[in-house]
Amino acid sequence: MTLGILAGAWALNAAGTAFLNPYIYRILVLCGLNVILALSLNLVNGVTGQFSIGHAGFMAVGAYVSAAFTVYATPRLFGVVPGAGPLASALPFVIALILGGVVAGAAGFLVGLPSMRLRGDYLAIVTLGFGEIIRVAILNIDAVGGARGFAGIPQRTDLAWVAAVAALTFVFLRNLIRSYHGRALLAIREDEIAAEALGVPTTRYKVSAFVIAAFCAGVSGGLFSHYTYLHTNSFTFMKSIEVIVMVVLGGMGSLTGSVIGAFILTALPEVLRFASAERLIIYSFLLIVLMIARPQGILGHGEFSWRGLLSRGRKSPKEAA
Amino acid sequence: MNASAAPAPARAAAAAGGSILRLTNVTRSFGGLKAVCDLDLDLPRRVLAGLIGPNGAGKTTVFNLVTGVYAPTHGTIHLGGEPIEGRLSSTIARMGVARTFQNPRLFSELTCLDNVRVACHRNAGATFADSVFRTPRSDREEGVMLERSEALLASFGLSRYRDERARHLPYGDQRRLEIARALAGDPKLLLLDEPAAGINPQESESLMHLIHDIRDRYDLTVLLIEHDMKVVMGICERITVLDHGVKIAEGTPVEIRRDPKVIEAYLGEEP
Amino acid sequence: MQELFQQLANGIAWGSIYALIALGYTMVYGILRLINFAHGDIYMVGAFAAYYLARLLHAGGPEPSPLLAVAVLLGSMVICAGLGMAIEFFAYRPVRKSGRLTALITAIGVSLLLENLGIRLFGADPKFFPQLIAPRTITLAGGVLVTNHQITVVVISIVLMVALTLFVQRTRTGKAMRAVSFNRDAASLMGIPVNRIITITFAIGSALAAAAGVLVGLTNPKIEPLMGIMPGVKAFVAAVLGGIGSIPGAVIGGLLMGVSEYLVVGYISSTYRDAIAFIILILVLLLKPAGLLGHNVAEKV
Repeated sequence: MTLGILAGAWALNAAGTAFLNPYIYRILVLCGLNVILALSLNLVNGVTGQFSIGHAGFMAVGAYVSAAFTVYATPRLFGVVPGAGPLASALPFVIALILGGVVAGAAGFLVGLPSMRLRGDYLAIVTLGFGEIIRVAILNIDAVGGARGFAGIPQRTDLAWVAAVAALTFVFLRNLIRSYHGRALLAIREDEIAAEALGVPTTRYKVSAFVIAAFCAGVSGGLFSHYTYLHTNSFTFMKSIEVIVMVVLGGMGSLTGSVIGAFILTALPEVLRFASAERLIIYSFLLIVLMIARPQGILGHGEFSWRGLLSRGRKSPKEAA
Repeated sequence: MNASAAPAPARAAAAAGGSILRLTNVTRSFGGLKAVCDLDLDLPRRVLAGLIGPNGAGKTTVFNLVTGVYAPTHGTIHLGGEPIEGRLSSTIARMGVARTFQNPRLFSELTCLDNVRVACHRNAGATFADSVFRTPRSDREEGVMLERSEALLASFGLSRYRDERARHLPYGDQRRLEIARALAGDPKLLLLDEPAAGINPQESESLMHLIHDIRDRYDLTVLLIEHDMKVVMGICERITVLDHGVKIAEGTPVEIRRDPKVIEAYLGEEP
Repeated sequence: MQELFQQLANGIAWGSIYALIALGYTMVYGILRLINFAHGDIYMVGAFAAYYLARLLHAGGPEPSPLLAVAVLLGSMVICAGLGMAIEFFAYRPVRKSGRLTALITAIGVSLLLENLGIRLFGADPKFFPQLIAPRTITLAGGVLVTNHQITVVVISIVLMVALTLFVQRTRTGKAMRAVSFNRDAASLMGIPVNRIITITFAIGSALAAAAGVLVGLTNPKIEPLMGIMPGVKAFVAAVLGGIGSIPGAVIGGLLMGVSEYLVVGYISSTYRDAIAFIILILVLLLKPAGLLGHNVAEKV
C-alpha cells in the first residue's frame, strides 16, 4: 500500500510538472501542506475534542528545525553541498523532515501537558499563547534569520513529496482512528469522565494526540520551508485560524472532511483574489455565517461515503418508536 | 485468554475468596462539609449489595471514592487487598472496577458497538505504532474486541442497535447499554448508580432479573445505589444505609426494613 | 527610586485602561462562559467613534472644551454599547447552544470582521486623535512627572469602576446579572429575563471598552484599526489574572498588567513588552487557573 502511494505521488508530480501551469502546481502543493495540517489538527480538536488554536506554532518549529538542519548540519554530516542531485539529497531531506517533526512533537508534549488540568477555553488560550511565544522566540534567533527570514534553504519539496506525505498522513491517521486508541480518543471527546471510568488513561491519550498532531504539523512545516521563502510571518495566529476553519468547515472528526476543507480553503482565496480588498471581510463574514448556519461543517462527524450520500433521511429507532 | 499486563488483584482476591472491597474509616470532606464520614464497608466476594439512604446521604460520593474520582480525605480503600486511594480512575478501572452513572454517560455520537469496544481495555495491549501500521498484533486484538463486544450486545438484546448512534436509543436501552459497556472490561466489582431510575415497573422487573443474572454469569460482586425499594429489597442480599454521610445500619433486607433508625432517616425526610 | 515611582505612575495610568477593557471580558465570560475575542476591537471602534465625533462637534483644537470632551466620551460609549448589543444579538445568540468551540470561532470571526471593516472604512493608516484636553505636565511628590491626561484617565476609570460596582451590587439589574452568571437556568426559572440581562451586560462591557478607547486616545493619540489586538489580549490576560468572572479581579488584574508592563520595559527591555503578557498568562493558567480572586467550578459527577 505504501509503495502504491509513493508511486502514485511520483507519477502525480511528473504529470503535474509536465502539464500544469506553475501557478496551479503551487496551489496544489499548498493544498497538500494544508491537508497535512488540517488532518493533524482534526486529531486533537475533532477526534479528541480538545481546544488547540496554536497549531501554526508547531508548523513553525518543524519548518525552522528542518531548515536549520539542512543548512547547517547536512553539509557537515553528508559532505553534500546543499543543492546537489535529487537522490543523494533525499536521505538528508527525510532526516531533516523527521527531525523537524520530532522537535515539534516535543513542543506538542509541552503544550499538551496543561490539558491535564485545563478546561476548554482556558486550554485554547494556553495553546494560543504557546503558538505566539514560539513564533516570537524564533523571530529573535539570528542564526535562522530572525526578522529577515531564513534564506539559503535549497528547494527540495515538490508535489510528489507533498502528495506522498499527505496521503500517508491520511492513511496512518485513519488506521489510528479505526483502532482501540482512536476510539479511546473519541470517547474522551464524548465524555471524559466516563472514558476514564472505563480504563482510558485520559491525560496520557490527550497528550499523545497533541504530540502526534504536532509531529505532523512539524513535517508539514519542514516541507514548507524547503519549498518557499521562510519567515515567521507565515506562522501567525491567522494561520492557526485558517487551519481551524479548514477542520470545522470539513467537519470536526471527519478525516475526509479535513481534506475537503483544506482544498476549499486553500483554493478559495485564489478564487476571491479578484476582490482582494474585500477578501478578508467576506472571509470573516462567511466564517460567522458558517458557525451560525452549519457548525458541524460539510461532513459533520462522519466520513464521506457514497452510501451515506444515498441514504440520507433514514429514521432512527428512537423516532420510529 | 488475553495477554493484558495490568495488575488484577481483584481477580486474585476473587479467586482466593477474600473481600473484594474494603473501606476503612473513609472520610471525604468538601470544604467544611463532610460528604462521607468514617465509613467502614466490607464487601465479600460475589455479594449483591445495596447502598441506600435519603438524598444527599453521600452514596454517589462513595462510588466516586471507590472509582478514584475523589481521593478520601482520611481512611483507606482496598480493592482485593490492594490500596487504591489516590490512584487514577483509569488505573482503578483496569484493576477490575466498573460503574454506571446516575444519568447514563454514554458516548452519544459513537455507535453502540463502539461504546462497548472502548471499554475492552483488557484486550488492548497494542501500541499506537501497532495501530498506525496495522501490525498483526493490532489486527488480532481488534478481532477479539469485536467478537467480545458483539457477544455482549447480543446477550443484552442490543444487537439490532449495533451501528446506531448511542443517543438514538430509547432510554431503557441506553441504560442496558451502559451496563453492557461496563462489563466489557471484565470487571470483578460492578457499581450501579440508580439503575432503576426513570424506568417503569415492568422494566424494573426485568432489570432485577438482569442484575441477578449477570452477577451469576460473570462472577461479579455488585454494589448498587437505588431509591426504588422494590428493587433493593428484591435482589440485594445485603444493604448498607447511609444518612448525612454516616452509616446508620447494615444487614439483610429483613433487618433493614425493621430498623428504627432507617425508618426515621427516611421519614425524617418528609416535610 | 524616583524612576520606580515614575514607572509605577505610568503603569497605573496604563493599567486603568487595561482594567476598563478587562471588565468587559470578565462580565461577558461570567455570564456566557464566552471569551469575546472581538472585545479588543470594540475598544478600537470606541477610539475611532470618538475621533469622528470630535471632528463632527469640532471638539479638540487649540481651545478644547471639557463639555465637548465629555460629549465625545459619552457619544462613543453609546455607539459602542449599541455595537456590542448588535454583535450579541446577531452573532453570539444564534450559536449559544452550539458548543464552546463554535462560539469561540464565531467570536474570532467577529473580531476579524471588525478589524477588516475598520481597515476598509477608516483606512489602514494611523490617524491622530484630537486633543480633547489641553495637555499640562504636573509634578507629584518625589519628582514624578505625570500629565493631566494620565490623571484624567485614572480619575475617569475610577468613576466608571465605582459606578459599575454600585450598579452590580445595589440595583436589581445588577443582582440579576450576578444571578445569571451563577446559574443561568435557575435565574431564568426565577423569572429573570436572561436575554435582556445578557444584552445589558454586553452593552455595559462595550461602553467601558469605548471609554478605554477614548482615554487611550488622550494619552497615545495615534489610532489605527488594528490597535485593539494587543491591548485586547493583555486585558484578557488581566481578566484571567484577576480571576475571570470577578469584577474586582479585573480591576486588580488590569493594574497589575499595566504596572508589570512598564516595569519590564523600564528595567529589562522593551522587546519583551508584549511577551510579558503571554508569560504571565501561562504562569497563571498553570499555577492558579482560577486567578487571584476567582474560584474553580468543578464538574459534578
